[in-house]
This record gives sequence, C-alpha cells and structure tokens, in this order.
Amino acid sequence: MIYTPSPWAVILFIAFVASVLGISIHFAKKTKSASGYFAAGGTIHWSVNGVAFAGDYLSAASFLGICGMIAMSGYDGFLYSIGYLGGWIVALFVVAEPMKRMGKFTFTDAIDSKFNSKGIQLSAAISTLVVSIFYLIPQMVGAGSLVTPLLGLPHWAGVVMVGTIVVLIVAMAGMTSTTYVQFLKGGLLIIFSMVLVFLVLSRGISTAPDQGGDVEFHQYTTLKVESVSGSNVSLEDKSYDVIKPLEAGGLKFFLLSKGGEESVWKLDTNGSILEETQYVVQMGDGRVLYNGADKSEEKFYQVGHMSEVYGQPEYEHANLNALSFIDTIKNGTVVRWSKQLVADGNNKYTIYYQNPTPGKDILSPGLKFKVDSDKGAKFTDKLDFVSLMLALFFGTAALPHILIRYYTVPDPASARKSTIVAIACIGLFYVLTLYMGLGAMVNGVIDLTNENMSAPLLARSFGVTIFAIISAIAFATVLGTVSGLIVATSGAVAHDLMDRYMGLKMTDKQKVRAGKLTAVVVGIIAMILGILFKGMNVSYLVGWAFAVAASANLPAIVMILFWKGTTAKGVMASITVGLVSALGLILLSQETFINVYGLPDVTAPVPINNPAIISVPLSFITLVVVSLLTKRKKVC
Amino acid sequence: MHGPAQEWKKDNASSLKEILGKWLFFIYAIIYVGFIVINVASPKFMSVDVGSLNMAIVYGFGLIIFAMLLAFAFNHVSSHAEELLNTEEEEEEDCE
Repeated sequence: MIYTPSPWAVILFIAFVASVLGISIHFAKKTKSASGYFAAGGTIHWSVNGVAFAGDYLSAASFLGICGMIAMSGYDGFLYSIGYLGGWIVALFVVAEPMKRMGKFTFTDAIDSKFNSKGIQLSAAISTLVVSIFYLIPQMVGAGSLVTPLLGLPHWAGVVMVGTIVVLIVAMAGMTSTTYVQFLKGGLLIIFSMVLVFLVLSRGISTAPDQGGDVEFHQYTTLKVESVSGSNVSLEDKSYDVIKPLEAGGLKFFLLSKGGEESVWKLDTNGSILEETQYVVQMGDGRVLYNGADKSEEKFYQVGHMSEVYGQPEYEHANLNALSFIDTIKNGTVVRWSKQLVADGNNKYTIYYQNPTPGKDILSPGLKFKVDSDKGAKFTDKLDFVSLMLALFFGTAALPHILIRYYTVPDPASARKSTIVAIACIGLFYVLTLYMGLGAMVNGVIDLTNENMSAPLLARSFGVTIFAIISAIAFATVLGTVSGLIVATSGAVAHDLMDRYMGLKMTDKQKVRAGKLTAVVVGIIAMILGILFKGMNVSYLVGWAFAVAASANLPAIVMILFWKGTTAKGVMASITVGLVSALGLILLSQETFINVYGLPDVTAPVPINNPAIISVPLSFITLVVVSLLTKRKKVC
Repeated sequence: MHGPAQEWKKDNASSLKEILGKWLFFIYAIIYVGFIVINVASPKFMSVDVGSLNMAIVYGFGLIIFAMLLAFAFNHVSSHAEELLNTEEEEEEDCE
C-alpha cells in the first residue's frame, strides 16, 4: 500500500523533537559531573523514574512488533506481552533494591562491588556493549521503517535522523535529558493507546469493515472450477484466461488474466473453486508489481476482517466493551492471511492467501508457536516455546539500559517504588496491546507487506489527528529507547572500560567528556548498523538481546545476591560462558540460517531458535563450578 | 572499591524485604511456570471458555494483573516496615 506523508504527523514530530531538544539544552547547563551525566545525579523522583522506565522498556518491538504480531497471529503475539511483563517481577523482587545499594553508574559497578576485579569489569562491560548493540539495531531499523511510510523519506534518512537527534539528546545532558524524554514518551504512549482502544471498542465489529466509511471494503471473490488436470484448470467463467500454474509448499496457485489485468488465485483443498489472493512479484528486471500493477496504482488492499459472526455472514455491532469485543471474535471466523513464496524463472512471487480461522483458535496459543502435538508440534518446537518464555522472563532484569535507571533515584526505596510504577504502566499497556492487535485484525487495516505498521494504520482508520499523534509517539518510542541504550554503552566504555578497567584515572570532567564522545561514536555505529540491517525482523533481533542478557548477566546478578560462595572468577566465567553460548546457539540456529545467512534449504546444527533454555542453566552451572574451584581456603 | 553514588541511611528493613521479595518471586514464578506447562502439555485447556473470555486470556490477563497486585502489596509491606523499623532506631538514637 501507499503511505501518504501526513502534514500533521510531520508537525507533531517536529514539535516533539523540538521539545526534547529544548529539555536537553535546559539540562545540559546543569550536567557537569559524572554522576549527573551517567545517573542524573540520583535526583529523579520515583514517580517520574517509573514512567521513564516504561518509556525505556516499551520499545518499537513492544508497540509496533507485538501489535503487528497479534494482528497476524492472534494470541501468540500476546505471549510476548505476558513474558515481557513477567520479567518485571524478577526486577522488582530480586534486583531493584540490591542493584541500587551495590552500584554507582552501571551494571558492571553493581556486580563488581564486592570484588574489584579487572576480569569482571572487562567481561561485564563487553556484555553490556553486546546486549546494547543487539537492542540498538532493531530500534534503528524500526526508525528507518517508520520514516519511509510516514514522512516519505528513504530508510537511511530515517536512521540518520533518529541517530542524530538521539546523539544530541545524550551528548547534551546524558541520563537527565534521556529520563525526561522517556517520561514524556512513556506517558503519551499509554494515554493514546487507551484512546485508541476506546475508539476500537466504540466502532465495534463488522464483517465488512470500511475504516469508518473512508475505505470501501474489498469483497474477495471466488471462481468455480470445472475441472483440474495436472497443472491445468478449466473455469466456468470463460472471461478469464489461465496463463500458468504456480506451485510451492504443497499449494497450487494459478496466474490468470482478464482484460489484460493479471491476478493470482489459489485452488482450494477440494479443487472446486479458485480463491482470490494478493501478490507481490519481483520481476527479473528489478520491477516490483503489487497485484500486477505499480505500487502507485494502489491495487494492493489492506486486509483483516471476519467472514462470519455467530453464524451470520453479514454482521455489524458497534459500542462493544472489553468483554463483548473478545466474545464476538470468539464466536466468529477471522480471515487471516498466510504467505507463500513461489519462484517462477527470474520472477519471485510472494502470494498472500486467505486463511479463515475460527475465533476460538485466534484467542488461543498455537498459530505462530507450535505447542499442540495433535497439530504436528515436535518436542523441539515445545522446547523452543519454553526457551522463549524463559528468556523473556529472565531477560528484562538483565538489560543494561534498564538496570542503569536504578541509579537515577535517590535511594533503594525509590528504586522499588519506581519499579512498581513501571509495572503498573507497562502492565496496563500490555493489556491494551491485545485490543489494539485484535482491533487491527478485524478492521481491515493490515498492510500485508509490513505487519509492524498495524497499530499506526489502525489509528489512521480513525482519522488523521489520532494517526498523526500515534505516528509521532512511534518515533518518540524509538528516540526514548535508543537514548537509554546509548547512555548504557557510553557508561560501559567511559566508566567501566576507560576509567576502571584501563585505570586511566580520569577526572569527573574528563569522564563526562569521554562519555559524550562515546555517545557520538556509538550513535554513528548504530546508524551504520541500522542501515546495513535494513529488512531484518525487528522482534527477532530483540529476542536475541533478551536471550543474551538473560544468559550473560542474570546468573551473575542472582548468584552475587543470594550465594556467598560466589567468587570473582566464577562471575567472570559465568558472563563469558553465557555470552558465548547464547551467541553461538543463535548463530547456529535454523532461523538465523534462513533469515541472516539466506540458507533456507540447509539444516542448522542447533534444533532450537531460542537459546535461553540451554545457555541460562549453563551460565549458572559455570558460576557455581568455577566459584567452588577458586574458593579461598579459610586459614585456621 | 566502587560504592553507590549517593548516601542514604541504614535500612533496617532490608532483610525483611529481601525475604518477602524472594517468597513473592517464587509464588509468581510458580504461576508463570504453570502457564508455560499448560501451554505445552495441554494446549486445548487454554481454549476452554471462561464466560465471555477463554482460559488463555483469563490466565494471561491474570498474570499481568497478579504482577501488579503483588507489586502493590510488596510496596505496602515494605514501606510500612521501613517506617516502623527505621523510625524505631531513630527514636532510640534520639533517646541516647
């Protein structure tokens, strides 16, 4: 589909950027010390810090990724919401107050507080850098993806624009300006998500959604088949010419022509009808056609509707509530869209075909993650699911950009209270994701070529103002999270590596200057990676960051807090083993073989895609074994 | 050695909060593990109707709401303990 740049979105985005830069300039004058730069001087009120936590945590993956995944796969996308929120329980009950008590500016400070070990300083700083970079890449890729459709700028321009603004925010006033940007963005995101859900429930559900009368619903048609023989098909409607069959994945499609216009149709399982599909074809000469036409002709439709509700093929009901909205979906059939790639000589077809799914299945697990043995789930599929839920649960409390926010408040009690505010804000938002995702699923707003745009497109169906606000917030989402990540990496390099590990003995002023310089360098690296990784799946990369953080950082944090036998060498070994094993398992997994190396037909050596179930226990075991082996004997 | 950036008073309630935190964490972890186990071992159970919703949504919403409730309860008890235990010590110091 074509995205027309919205002047309102541009104005609101500029207004938002102007306000955050104004905040940064204001605080820049006050940020002179290292404590001020890396930890906002520990002066942030817990309520502000709590909302800023939410702003930090609700990244592009949460807002765009989860809503998009729910819109395409129903309940399975909501599993991310459940796992991400569950992780905050670990943060509150296990990590919050001790982290505040032990640390100064960074995660490394906290785990090294009892040991003063060069090995821990190096390994923890590297772990912070690796996790932050993994988290930065999808944010920058997300920035580029947003800018292209909304402002009409190329991908690289979006990446450079967001990168430059974030570097300015961080280089000017470090954690103080970052905190207020995140506070602003977190608050706005939650408020306007509530507005959007209210609008979704007010509109209700229709079997012919027309986006409030703005976009006519496209009725998908079928063609009766007279006979099928081999790769040929004979149709009742003789106005169509059969050009050729397209087959892949056990599915049979036919390229037809009528009045010079080409279309692709899918043969149903009985072989009695052809169903209308949508398709994108990348021609050998480099042209890309959408439903046989140029993109500008807008023949590629937005999708998402219910084919029947309570057995009625024509149904419309407005003003639903939170319960009746779910009940209506549960008692109907949602037309989901599945994708099949077909190679035809030099042309590559991506065919999207209708996949009517009972509402009961939409609202239960299993459409994305295979968990049901009766539906062909293998042991490794189930293990993969368990591993993902484990990484989400344990990853949150080990993310460096989240952990450093514990140092921006005055005392441990404030650290606890800000975590509780964060849980309340994030929990509320994650409940809303289910309604925003399902709302997109049944309101005919999904762009099949970019599921991440489901939430902004749902907003657009309610008018340009709410769309402009939601789009500006989506940009702000990236700004807030990237700012936090750059502060974390800045602290890891300037404070952990240069000051402590290398022993450069910098003054407060030099440390701040080194931090600002690091922010600029990391910002530039992030921009380059954001451009290089264009097209990579955003949620997939965030999943990596969680798995690596849970494996490398969490075992060290937990064992230092709860086992007196922990030694410096044990911690160092645990971080190293967790980091290397998680990365190694990811790089040797099937999803990486397909999505990164482009080797869809090669079987990867690691049978699961989420490493946490192996790498987290391995990291714990390593810590215990090495600590026992290196324990100092008591002198009698 | 590298200590915290700010100074604050000794917290006499910290061990109590630590124990409470561990227990609440284990309670939540058990319920979270239960969610994963049901999904893997008996996914059909998640489709069972619960009023207008189903088990999957009730359990999912339940995990989110339960996390909020535990967080508020933890904060309530912790704040009360801090008030009680840290004030008592201050009063003793004043008497001395």
